[in-house]
Amino acid sequence: MTENAKPKLAMYWASSCGGCEISILNIHEKILIVDEVFDIAFFPCIADFKTKDVKGYPDGYIDVCLFNGAIRNSENEEMAHLLRQKSKVLVAYGSCSYEGCIPALSNLTTKQATLDTVFLDNPTIDNPEGILPQPRYEVPEGELELPVFYNTVKSLDQVVDVDYYLPGCPPEPPQIWAVLEIVVAALLEGAPLPPKGAIVGARDVAVCEECPLEKHEKTINRFYRPYEIIPEPGLCLLEQGLVCVGPATRAGCGALCPQVGMSCRGCYGPLDDVEDQGAKMLSAIASVIGVGDPSMEEDELEREIQAVVDTIPDPAGTFYRFSMAHSLLRRANLNGGNGKGEAK
Amino acid sequence: MNKQFEPVIVGFLCNWCSYRAADLAGTARIHYAPNMRPIRVMCSGRVDPQFVLKALREGADGVMIAGCHPGECHYVEGNIKTLRRFILLKKMLAQLGIEDERVQLIWASASEGIILAEAVNRMTEQIRALGPLNWQEKVLGGGNGHGHPAVIEPAQEAEEVLYD
Repeated sequence: MTENAKPKLAMYWASSCGGCEISILNIHEKILIVDEVFDIAFFPCIADFKTKDVKGYPDGYIDVCLFNGAIRNSENEEMAHLLRQKSKVLVAYGSCSYEGCIPALSNLTTKQATLDTVFLDNPTIDNPEGILPQPRYEVPEGELELPVFYNTVKSLDQVVDVDYYLPGCPPEPPQIWAVLEIVVAALLEGAPLPPKGAIVGARDVAVCEECPLEKHEKTINRFYRPYEIIPEPGLCLLEQGLVCVGPATRAGCGALCPQVGMSCRGCYGPLDDVEDQGAKMLSAIASVIGVGDPSMEEDELEREIQAVVDTIPDPAGTFYRFSMAHSLLRRANLNGGNGKGEAK
Repeated sequence: MNKQFEPVIVGFLCNWCSYRAADLAGTARIHYAPNMRPIRVMCSGRVDPQFVLKALREGADGVMIAGCHPGECHYVEGNIKTLRRFILLKKMLAQLGIEDERVQLIWASASEGIILAEAVNRMTEQIRALGPLNWQEKVLGGGNGHGHPAVIEPAQEAEEVLYD
């Protein structure tokens, strides 16, 4: 390890897909500036550092740590604590570490159901003895350990203190660069950093605000899944019956998805002062349902509205696609257990 | 001594009909279960689904939303919006493992104190039969961990799995 005066940068992946690492490279030739300004202290995707190297650093040695990925198992949690201890500024980078993202959708089910699907039930599985990964296993050479797979996926701020949040799945390059510029200015010129806990690299308006598609008053009598219709270009997708999470999602991405005919998935998370993105989206969707008027009988009213609601097959998965771990309820109540054991 | 479980029901009652129905139930001295804690809102359409989820997370065993009958809303169709939202919310709550009886929508006009009181009685008994929800303890396992940095015990879950 060469010692120099450059600020130290780390990037770590917990339960993630690797897309966040790719997103860093998406800033193109500016990556050279990053290399010029920072010394990389830990970055398993691109450089050969080991956990023991990090353990050897003094506390606060890393200036900025970009932590992506959710907390899915005990190794993720251990690394979160280690990197928190070794970093001055810890950034929850990307939707997984900010609010759980796709991994946290498994909070709608149980650890057991996930393991059964992956190791036993999928049609391509060949596991006649039904072997499941064990946290501890005795072999002649000694004891082997695997991280413990948690029942509930957590966001980074549910296990350690987080300084900043950079939303997105993955964050968009111009936003990443904007944040790096702030950090570089702070480190090199002593410019002020944003207040702790700030959501950086995003705006405080909804995606609809950035979306150029033409919008009118919406009344929807049937919702469609993306494969069911080819949307008319230039027209608001929600108006066409595609569930677009844009109204309940923070802007910053430039509304890229709706512009190519894919309704907003919601990856930038909720807006300021909203605790629960899914609840807000549910509200928005319910208020564009077109059927039902006060002159109807109560039974008929319920029937008609129910028919429209039935065209949304998976409301929890749709409205909380990225924010399940950070939602008000955080997980489903299934069989009363969550891997932590029931409080008796 | 065996103590009976007393459910906590948070009630969102609309100003123009259901809150007045509750008032009437009081002035008419109708005896009914004391388990519902009424919160007055201007319209049942004011009830943000976040209110319902937050009540359930923070310790309520059930949530009652009460408004004017369809066609009688003070704001013409605020309650129709409530119904649309409620039907969608119920579908989502089922996915989150919250039993059907725990969140209910009822219509009670200003003259229907007895209907409101009966609904509270019925709901109280239904939830009593289900038992406590106790989301924090039973589902989240004690740690709050929501929103801004609530630090929970390090690797607590792993320790429990490994050493118990």
